[in-house]
Amino acid sequence: MKMKTSRAVILTVIAVLLAAYILFPFALVVLNSFKTQADIVQDPISAAGASFKQFASNLNAVINNKNFVFWHAFGSSALVTIISLVLLAVFGGMSAWVICRNKTRWATVIYMTFISSMIIPFQVVMLPLIATFREVGKFVGLSMNGSLSGLIFAYCGFGGAMTVFILTGFIKGIPYELEEAAAIDGCSPEGTFFRIIFPLLKPTIVTVTILNGMWIWNDYLLPSILLGQSNPNKTLPVAVQAFVGSFVKSWDMILTAALLAMIPMIVIFLLAQKHIMDGMVQGAIK
Amino acid sequence: MTESASGKKSLSMTLLALGTVLLIAALYFDFTKTYSGLGAMRGAFLVCGALLILAGVYYIPTVLHHRAIINVIFLFPLLFTFAVTVIIPMFVGFFYSFTDWNGVSYTRMLGFENYANMFKEPAFIWSLLLTVLFVIINMIMVNLVAFLLALLCTTKLKGVGFFRAAYFLPNLIGGIVLGYIWQFIFSNVLTKILNSPHSALAQTKTAFIAIIVVYIWQYAGYIMLIYINGLATVPKDVLEAAQIDGASDIMTLFKIKIPMIAATFTICTFLTLTSAFKQFDVNLALTNGVGTVRKFMGSRLSNGTQMIALNIYNTAFARDQYGYAQAKAILFFIILACVSLLQVRISNAKEVEM
Repeated sequence: MKMKTSRAVILTVIAVLLAAYILFPFALVVLNSFKTQADIVQDPISAAGASFKQFASNLNAVINNKNFVFWHAFGSSALVTIISLVLLAVFGGMSAWVICRNKTRWATVIYMTFISSMIIPFQVVMLPLIATFREVGKFVGLSMNGSLSGLIFAYCGFGGAMTVFILTGFIKGIPYELEEAAAIDGCSPEGTFFRIIFPLLKPTIVTVTILNGMWIWNDYLLPSILLGQSNPNKTLPVAVQAFVGSFVKSWDMILTAALLAMIPMIVIFLLAQKHIMDGMVQGAIK
Repeated sequence: MTESASGKKSLSMTLLALGTVLLIAALYFDFTKTYSGLGAMRGAFLVCGALLILAGVYYIPTVLHHRAIINVIFLFPLLFTFAVTVIIPMFVGFFYSFTDWNGVSYTRMLGFENYANMFKEPAFIWSLLLTVLFVIINMIMVNLVAFLLALLCTTKLKGVGFFRAAYFLPNLIGGIVLGYIWQFIFSNVLTKILNSPHSALAQTKTAFIAIIVVYIWQYAGYIMLIYINGLATVPKDVLEAAQIDGASDIMTLFKIKIPMIAATFTICTFLTLTSAFKQFDVNLALTNGVGTVRKFMGSRLSNGTQMIALNIYNTAFARDQYGYAQAKAILFFIILACVSLLQVRISNAKEVEM
């Protein structure tokens, strides 16, 4: 019995130390956002010189910085993420349903194309994507490069494969009799999908949305090349990069900006912790 | 019934006709290059025309083909975006990798010159080897750390939910932000704690280790979650039976738990492999690839910590050699595809053995 308790104590100590190590960078960011550059350089791990007044002044300087424009960047990121997620869920569900319920060669070809495209690293399509978007944009007369709608379009294209893959796996498990019954009762195919299948997809849609959401919100490369560093509508990660570039080693500014960029994700995590952790696991296993 | 059918038919016809007119107008502006006046609206014309045609097709009064029509309409949005963002660029990119493309146009075909050149460029070979080393180290380290964390988080520990969430937290934050935070830690905090005048990031070797440390810190929590999920699938009665038979904890771990979650190991090695290969954000924000290598293949390099993804990025955007960068990207793709397929093969074979 005594052995058991001492073992539990050791394990707890290890767990606490690990947690301290993993959370240490976050604590440093918070602590140093309350200090001036001089105080940070003097001693980054002490609380000397930290005050709410300094925090307010740092915050003010960062939010109003013309390279960062926090609220604008936050708005762009939120807009792009939310619209992309909704479109991916709806379009992905529609495509997955068609692919799953048609045992034709075409459906198989489309499905296999989606699956095999998942291994393509972004770098391979990065450069020709800009060119393709420029040509398509010129042709249809809508700017695809440099606009948020172009970015959303790209996210639908890149996120489609994984969304379809996960949703197809789930739809396979829904009994086909359900749809037959609906058809006998006079329900049209589109009605069957939107009234019966789509509501059933809800738990999987949550998983897909979390996976896509984490990736889209934090993505740097795609918005940085499509929008560019100086675009007024740049997303949060691009704004952080542009901001840091303009403030070499001004850690008071950089760390306050990092804090601002982290807060939305951490708040969402605290609110939906279980869903996010489950979703990340479910997505990986499939 | 017939009345509604004929109503539907005329509605469908009207929509189709309107859509076609708008589409033709848009195409007319395109081919005559009328980009001002009404021509500036060609995008709106095109989109509205396409939507009207889709609506018209939807209302075609047919029972027999209705399902097929719905299939097409349902597949269209995602397939269209997918084609424009992935499929077309993939083929276009493949073609451009054989040219001297500068991002806008190309003047001549180079054949395999781009591909041959990259093997003569020491900086690229360095990036490639560095990436391979990075992937191997991380595949081992991330999985080891994550598995140990998972074992810790599946013991009867108080507040285990908190620890899981805490270990997972770094994974939520984007690599750019993390990279800058750790740049601060390495260059200001650690120098202070260790009382050393040099930042770990100043030297190529230690900077490379720094990237590995940050990567493990960021990624292990996520892989841990997958291991926890795997460990939860090991049946309780098997563990109990082992305990009754007098198996020690270590025996249970190696003889029961690890073999039973072999599939989880496959998933986790696959995930760490592909994600470590594609590492970009942390690399960019932490060191930006900088680092001096005194002598490699007979030349002095300044990109000591540059991984392959960043190398491709810089080749295109800093050196404006788009065709060359694209050829590198294609090679990167081929390597990644081969390695991942090989990994899945080997793991599957191992799983069967176990």
